[in-house]
This record gives sequence, C-alpha cells and structure tokens, in this order.
Amino acid sequence: MADALLSVKGATKWFGALAATDGVDLDLYPGEIHALIGPNGAGKTTLIHQITGELTPDEGTVRFRGRDITRLPVHRRAMLGLARTYQVTNIFEGFSVIENVSLAVQARSGHSFRFWRRAATIRELYEPAMAVLALVGLADWSDRPAASLSHGDQRKVAIAMALAMNPEVLLLDEPLAGMGPRSARDLIDVLNGLRENHALLLVEHDMDAVFSLADRISVLVYGRIIASGRPEAIREDSAVMEAYLGEGEEAVGALETVPAKGTTCSV
Amino acid sequence: MNASLLIVQTLNGVQLGMMLFLMSAGLTLVFGIMNLINLAHGSLYMLGAYFAATFQKMTGSFLLGVALALPAVVLVGILIEVAVLRRLYDHDHLDQVLATFAMILFFNELVSILWGPQAYFMALPEGLGGTVELLPGIRYPAYRLAILAAGGVVALGLWYFIMRTRVGMLIRAGAANREMVGALGVNIRLLFTLVFGLGAGLAGFAGMMAGPILSVEIGMGESILILTLVVIIIGGIGSVRGAFVAAILIGITDTVGRVMLPPALASMSIYILMAAVLFWRPQGLFPAAT
Amino acid sequence: MKGDFRFGKRHGAFLFTALLLAAIPFMGEPFYVRLASRILIYGLCALSLDLILGYGGMVSLGHAAFLGVGAYTTGILFHNGVQSVWIVWPAAVGMSGAAALVIGAISLRTAGVYFIMITLAFAQMIFYFCAGLEAYGGDDGMAMWSRNTFGGGLDLDSPVRLYYIILGALVVAFYLSRRLVDSRFGRVIRGIRENEGRMRSIGYPTFQYKLVCFVISGAAAGFAGVLLANLNGYISPALIHWTRSGEILVMVILGGMGTLIGPILGAACLLLAEEILSGFTQHWMIFLGPLLILVVLFGRGGLVGLATRGRYRG
Repeated sequence: MADALLSVKGATKWFGALAATDGVDLDLYPGEIHALIGPNGAGKTTLIHQITGELTPDEGTVRFRGRDITRLPVHRRAMLGLARTYQVTNIFEGFSVIENVSLAVQARSGHSFRFWRRAATIRELYEPAMAVLALVGLADWSDRPAASLSHGDQRKVAIAMALAMNPEVLLLDEPLAGMGPRSARDLIDVLNGLRENHALLLVEHDMDAVFSLADRISVLVYGRIIASGRPEAIREDSAVMEAYLGEGEEAVGALETVPAKGTTCSV
Repeated sequence: MNASLLIVQTLNGVQLGMMLFLMSAGLTLVFGIMNLINLAHGSLYMLGAYFAATFQKMTGSFLLGVALALPAVVLVGILIEVAVLRRLYDHDHLDQVLATFAMILFFNELVSILWGPQAYFMALPEGLGGTVELLPGIRYPAYRLAILAAGGVVALGLWYFIMRTRVGMLIRAGAANREMVGALGVNIRLLFTLVFGLGAGLAGFAGMMAGPILSVEIGMGESILILTLVVIIIGGIGSVRGAFVAAILIGITDTVGRVMLPPALASMSIYILMAAVLFWRPQGLFPAAT
Repeated sequence: MKGDFRFGKRHGAFLFTALLLAAIPFMGEPFYVRLASRILIYGLCALSLDLILGYGGMVSLGHAAFLGVGAYTTGILFHNGVQSVWIVWPAAVGMSGAAALVIGAISLRTAGVYFIMITLAFAQMIFYFCAGLEAYGGDDGMAMWSRNTFGGGLDLDSPVRLYYIILGALVVAFYLSRRLVDSRFGRVIRGIRENEGRMRSIGYPTFQYKLVCFVISGAAAGFAGVLLANLNGYISPALIHWTRSGEILVMVILGGMGTLIGPILGAACLLLAEEILSGFTQHWMIFLGPLLILVVLFGRGGLVGLATRGRYRG
C-alpha cells in the first residue's frame, strides 16, 4: 500500500486527569474513506482537533505526507491541504452563501493583503465557489444570507467551504447530524464522489452511512482505538460488540438493523 | 535615596495597595461571576467619599459619617444592579463598557448638581490628625496608619468571608465556573445582587478612607478605577487572591516609582508592568477560571 | 433594475451630503465652520475606530492614543520649526501607525476583556508620556500659533481653507474605507469578526490581518490628530484622556457600528448635542448618560440601524 497521507501516532490529550485520547494511532491513505465511530465522549472530536491543530497533543505526533505537523498552527495545516467541518454548524452567518465559499477559495489563492478591488467582482473567487456550490446542490441559493438557510443546507455550506479549500484530506465531524433523510442521501452521494481526489476521515453516528461509505472503520472507545479494519471485520468484531454496543447478541442485531445514532449505550 | 524615605514610601505604597484591594476585590468578583465589566465602580468610590463627607459634616463625627455612608453606598450599588446592570449580563463586553461609561458621565454630573463642581474637603477623624514615630526619626501620619489597619482588617474579614463561609464558597465557585453555581440550584439573581452590593460597599469604603487625604472631587473615581482595572487584569479576573497580590504590587510600584524614576516614566511604570504581565501571562498572574 | 437604482440613490445621497457640507462656509458664520470642522475630524477618527471595532470586532478602549500621537507629532515638529505639510503629515501618520504596530502586536495576543483593558493601558501610557514631555508643556500642553503650510504661500491659516481640507480628507477616507471594506482584505477582516476560529481553520493567519487593520486604523486616527492640532492650535494630554477614547467609542455605537456613515453621524450627533444642550444647561451630561444606556439596551445598530431597520444589508 502507498504511504499514508495522514498519520497519527500515539496521540494523547489530557483534560485534567482524564485522557480524552489515549495513545491513538490512525492512518489515512489516499483515496480512502476512513470512518471513525464510537460512543459520545469517546474522544472523536478531540482527535480531529489534534489533527487540525485546534488542540496540541500532550504526547504523540501527527504527520501529513510524512512531515511532522504536530506543532504547526491551524492555518498552516489548512494551507497544506487539511480541511474540516464541525459537529455544530460553523459558517459565517452574516455572509451570503457565495461569500462563505469564496472566502475559502480566497484563502488558497495567495495572501489577502489586497485592498482595492471589490472582492465580490473577482471572477477567480466567484467561479470556483459556484462550482463547489453546484456540487453540493446549493447553486440556486448562492445569494441568500447563510443564516436564512435550513439547518441541513447550512451544513452543506460548511462542507462546500471545506471542499473549496481544495484539500487532500477532509475531516468530517458528523456531517449528517440533523439532516433530513433526503438531504442525507444526497450528501452521501456527494461524499462518495469525493473519494477519487480526497482522503476522508468521517466521524458519523449514522451507521447506514458509515457502512455504505467506509473503506475502513476504526472504533474509538474511551480515548482508545479498540478495533480497526474493513467494515465486514468490524461488524463481526466481538470487542466492538461489547464495548460499543453493550451485550453480545442484542448488539449483533443492533449492528445489523443499524441504529440511527450510536449513542444509546454508555458502557 | 535615604532609608527613611524608602520606608515611608513603601508604607504609602502598601496603603495605596490596600485601597486598590478594596476596590478590586468587589470588581474582580463581579467580573468573574457575572462576566460584567463595570466602569462605574469608580463612581461608587466617589459616592462613598461624598456621602461620608456629608454625613460627617452633619453629625460632626467621622465614624458616624462612615457608618451612615456605608449603607447608603450599598443601597446605590444595589439600585444600579437592579435598574441597569442586571440587563447587561447577557450583552457583550462592548455594550457593558458603553453603558457603564454612560453611568460615569451620569454620576459625575449628578454629583456636580448635588454638591457643586468644586472640590469638597473632608476633615481628618478626631484624634488621628498627628503623626506617629515609627522608628527613631521616622514619623508617619496617624491617619494613614489607621487606613492601613482598617484596610488590613477588611481584607482579613473578606478573606474569612470568601474562604470560610458557605456564601463565600458559592461566590468563589461562581467566579471560577458560572454554570456550576447555576447547576447547584442557587438563586443566581440574589447572589449577583449580593456580590454587587458587597463590591459597592467595599468601593465606597475605599472612597471614605481616601476622602480625608485626597480631595473629594468629581472624577476622583476615574483615576483609581483605571488602577483597579490594571490590578484585576494583572491578578487574573475573578481571583481575589490575585487582586490582593496585584494591588500591593501596583501600590508599591506606583508609589516607590514616583520617588525613584523620572516623573513620566513613573506614571507609565504600572502600565508597562501590566503590558509585560499580559505579554507573558495573557490570563494574569492567578487565573481563576479553569 | 432595482439594484442599480439603489446604487444610484446611495451615490446621490453621498453627493448631496458632500455638497451640503461644502456649502457651510457660505453661511458666513465662523462659528459654524469651526463646529463643522470639529465634527468632521471626530467623524474621521470614529470612522477609523469603526474599521477595527465594527468590521474587525476588536473593542479598543484606547483609540484616543493615536489621535494624540498624531497631534503631538504635529506640535513637536512645529516647535522645532517644521510646518510643511509634506513633512509633518507623513511623519504624524507614520508615528501613529508605528505606535499602532507596537500596541497592536502586543495587545492582539490577548482577547476579550483583556484586549479592552490592555488597549486602555497603552493609551494611559501614552497619556502620561505626553504629560511628561516638560519641553512641550507637560500637563498643560503646547500652543501652535500658526498652522501647517503647503509651501508656495499656500497655508491653512484661513479657517475656511482648513475646513475644505478637512472635508476633502474625510471624503477621501470614506471612499478608501469603502474600497477597503469591500476588498479581499475587508472580507477577511469581517470574517474574523464573525468567527475567528473558523477563519484560521480555512487557512487565514488571522493575527496578521488584525494587526494590519489595527495599524491602518491607528494611522488614520493619527491623521485626524494632525487636523485637530491644526484646528485647535493647541495640543494637550487632555486629547488622550481615556474618557476621550470612551467618547469616540460612543460616537461609533451611537451612529451605528459596522457601517461607514454611522461613525460620522454619531460624531455629528454627539458634538451637536453637546453644543445645543450645553446652551440650555451646563449639566447636559445628566441626560446624555441615561440616553446612552437606553441606546445600548434597546437601540441595536444605532442611528443607521434605526433608519434601515428590517432591511437586509449585505
């Protein structure tokens, strides 16, 4: 297999006496969708924060294309090609939809110490942004204030922003949360189409989506990866059954019928 | 510089530090618990001085004056909290700065209407007009020693109240973590009003103490307000212990600086100190919040 | 086309206001010219504050410091025999920009309350520094008995000529601010105000952008200081008093922050109110205080917000 694009080794982050992530190893290869699942509070978001630089691990390293980026500031990592979305919708609500996305295009088109031309008239910002909006199905909404969009569409704006950064690695923190079934299906299709040019790390509670999209699944429980492998293997892994879903037989049923949210158990 | 001057100046510095502590203890708690910037804290200091001076004139006694002025200031503080500040807790800091800045304008003008624009004089308390010989050859005004003592007593009392009583514990918990106190089922509104009244009383008391040695005048609250803000920023917002350490530090730096440094640099010294502290410790010396 | 129409209306209003202001000297009342000059200068200063406050989300309580640096540079150069506009103005703007660079580089490491307080502290530092300049009047400040000159016999000693210079400066500053706010830089600054963390995560080194914005704002305020020194013919530490910073902040909020016209309207309102109310009572602040509190509690968006309430502004 090719070298990992993104490689986390031994990432440990302490919150007081609690290890939110405890020696997590995780690799992400080009062209793969790697799903990270686990009960709430398992440390999934904390891990993403360490990958993007919003938190610095107390121990361990993060490498991107072989380069150690453990201590690199957030914006530098973003420029290297790491983009993320957030668990809670995190867009610029005071801006229009197109402005949100062009802001991300602008970030990767050189410095912004440009004071004269009106940003709204710059074709090189507008066109790529429109292209991404078309991809997520929001082209007709481009002039609307972002705050006026439905919750599901706001999440799509957030994903469009991440895509507009032209990243190699996309870290998606529960992209489907709070979306209606229709929007969710559309988005799953979009994500599916991304694997050609991107590596995706997908944190998601919707097991349907996880098992249909993921090439590989890692299970994080109490800050530790307890299993990692192909979806079929994870489905049959007894440790996962026990730790993640509680009791044995019930759990098998649960994984097969696929709960909408894997938040039911608190081991 | 000779030793006796240094001793006297250090005492003056500690005394200014005591004043600043009385001012900052209330303000830092209000800051920490209610997340409120209250620039009008200096107005309470000013009002304390005016009330005490007026009651002293009416009763002919400094102590009686203070005894009457203290509840009056607390009352004004509570009125302010209930009428205006309570509505500002949910607003951002900018709104709070503006509204309390507006309150300064209001109180300055109010004082000018009620007491007139000229400075007001407050007599030294009976029996404390002289000086005391601390060491052979070193004399120090008795009233200033009394301020030191009074400040010390209040500081100790406050320490006991904050550290050893149930209400004090709630206040401390609130300063470190606001949500937690709400989760404990405490009547937050009442706690806020209480803390604000306490802060008002302390600020007013500082004003009363300062009255006889400084002139009682409009705007007297502003210069000490800025020093107080510097103190709580250096100490760490919400930390009473930090406020105490920083108050003494600032008091001594300011006073001793005036003797040892050229005047312009002396006035700038505490701000340089603050900028330096924030440069290395952006949360102050004793960050209270976790 | 509706959009074009509004665009035109806006330009029309701008032109109309500028012409109205240009007509003030024809009233033949030196008092009005002086008052209008003062309003426009503070309008410029408030506008410069709004760039960091309303657009950049940086609550500075020390903006008068830059006004002061500009004015003091003008005064100090005057007392050393330098009156040429071509030297004094760039020097004053450069000095206040440099001050903003140093203050910003340290202050912008902090956020929230700490930022408010550290900007206040720096302004106090500059206040005491200027008050300590014994050679230039110390606490009392210094007089400047003739104004800057352009050379070739063209000076600013005529109040009307100075007024037109001030008006021109404000119009230019307004236009430049418009460009800045709509530019790529302006978009980044507005993005930072809205959500700084998100800006970082899409790849912007936000500190650099905030710092540059802070420097531009400080330099512009310094230029207002140059004009104020020329208008007053007098420069004292009172210019840098922290209540002055508070007043400039009030102007921005009163008029409507995050708009370009708001700060200028706010300056006009505050200074006119002062002028008119103080004619009735010397205690006019007793009304201003509660009024401001009401504006803060209920008047979101200031005067501009009042005029455009309910309409979406892009």
